[in-house]
Amino acid sequence: MTELVSSAEPVAVAVASRGFWGDAWRRLKRNKASMVAATVILLITLVAFIGPSLSPHEFDAIDWDNMAVGPGGPNDHWLGTDRLGRDLYVRTLFGVQISLQIGLLATLVSLCIGVTWGATAGYLGGRVDELMMRFVDVLYALPYIFIVIILSTMFERGNIYVLFLAIGAVGWLTMARIVRGQTLSIKRKEFIEAALASGVSTPSILMRHIVPNVIGPVIIYATLTIPQMILFESFLSFLGLGVQEPQASLGSLINEGAQEMESAVWMLLVPASFLVSLLTCFNFLGDGLRDALDPRDR
Amino acid sequence: MMRFALRRIIGVFPTLFIIITLSFFVIRLAPGGPFDEEQALPPEIKANLEAAYGLDKPLGEQYLRYLSGLARGDFGPSFKFKDFSVTELIAQGLPISLVLGLSAVLLALLVGIPLGTLAALRQNSPTDYGIMSVAVLGIALPSFVTGPLFALVFGLYLRWLPVAGWETGQLRYLVLPVITLALPVIAYIARLTRGSLLEVLRTNFVRTARAKGLPESQVILKHALRPALLPVVSYLGPATAFVITGSLVVETVFGLPGSGRYLVQGAINRDYTLVMGMIVVYGALTLTLNLIADLLYGWLDPRVRYD
Repeated sequence: MTELVSSAEPVAVAVASRGFWGDAWRRLKRNKASMVAATVILLITLVAFIGPSLSPHEFDAIDWDNMAVGPGGPNDHWLGTDRLGRDLYVRTLFGVQISLQIGLLATLVSLCIGVTWGATAGYLGGRVDELMMRFVDVLYALPYIFIVIILSTMFERGNIYVLFLAIGAVGWLTMARIVRGQTLSIKRKEFIEAALASGVSTPSILMRHIVPNVIGPVIIYATLTIPQMILFESFLSFLGLGVQEPQASLGSLINEGAQEMESAVWMLLVPASFLVSLLTCFNFLGDGLRDALDPRDR
Repeated sequence: MMRFALRRIIGVFPTLFIIITLSFFVIRLAPGGPFDEEQALPPEIKANLEAAYGLDKPLGEQYLRYLSGLARGDFGPSFKFKDFSVTELIAQGLPISLVLGLSAVLLALLVGIPLGTLAALRQNSPTDYGIMSVAVLGIALPSFVTGPLFALVFGLYLRWLPVAGWETGQLRYLVLPVITLALPVIAYIARLTRGSLLEVLRTNFVRTARAKGLPESQVILKHALRPALLPVVSYLGPATAFVITGSLVVETVFGLPGSGRYLVQGAINRDYTLVMGMIVVYGALTLTLNLIADLLYGWLDPRVRYD
């Protein structure tokens, strides 16, 4: 597995390796929309983490002289201020930071649980499989946001990271199904039999042999999970169940903006355009990765 | 078919039961209660309140009491809306939410399928690219962004429609919410229809239909579209879940007195019975609609076997 991963690096591609990952990388590079999307995501990430330090303002500092002023005014609030005179540029970038962190964190959690759950169910099969997947079915029956809202009542409001560990902990359902299907298709292969014959224990067969071989679809689905998680965070914060004042997230900023849109439309447009660009780019990148990693679809 | 349908219908109940049980205990395990106000109540009053609502009993007993109440159609009293039972609150809001949701799904079908068909018939033309780009946007834009934007443009700037609010029987108040809710579903259905119609158009029976000289409109409408719409039918299940989720936001954005906002308010106020009631009702609704979509699929596709 390690050799396979390293061949995905550009250096290895330069010497024209024709491995699976080299091929995938070449296909991805040819997909213009995905490459643009990836670049935009990188740019937004850079701006989100470096940008706030360029502004003279803090995210929660109140500027009494410039309340609800628009962008481009004769002051150093580049994207204007909100009703309380807080700098919108800094607050929005702050929100982007939170969204990105939470998207990654929740995706990682759901990745770990989903892969373990699906691989175990698929590999062990029989009653264990049936029980484990039945549980997934039941959770599937409820709209996901309901589970999220139930969970948000469980945690003290404001502790957004704990909440998102929990959301990641229920976001693994689809991942588990995908991994289970993949596992079923490879568990009768010869190399698994060889591992069994040489007395390798079940957990290490799972971790060393099954999981590395199902990683392709997992990566695709993970890229599509990140925007979903970002969306969930914004959704919750929009409804007032997520990030709390004076912290900002894209969702809570959009909510504030929607309330003030009559007089201060930039308060809605600034965070909304960041959110929409992020979501669109992640979706394009995910689509591109799917095309690149899944040769059947070509 | 009948046996298959019956088994699916019976299968809904254990799932609903597990959902109710799980959410009951998860919600009760949460720290904090409905009577933790900003200003702390004197402990005696709090104890009295909790006794009045049966919150001082052991959890198992509360659970049994809740279940027996449910069996009689009683969701219990709301902790925060003091003079209302949860049943009354839901009965008040649910019709509006249902009208909103069903109109959105209907609109999505009526607009999405023709758009997808058009895109497939003009594959790789500017029309196709135009429709599909708008579809990508429609899927990527969350309703809490499109909702305020629509209200801004059509309500505030153009003054065509009311920005928000509700007056009984006034359909104008539903136009923007329904469009906001339907937009992503339209986009998704258009994409699904296009993809599967393109596939069907390449099959042999379509070629046969053309070869025997049927007019193109008949080939599409009578032969190609029916199998091409199967993925759309199976998407209807997830679509309803999506619309239910979306209605939480849309009702908040447009100030509609539907039942979706009760879930949010209930969660903020830790109003256990209200949140539970919403989960039971919406869970049952999702399960039923999924079931209907499943049965419809089986009925439309003769290849589905029931065993």
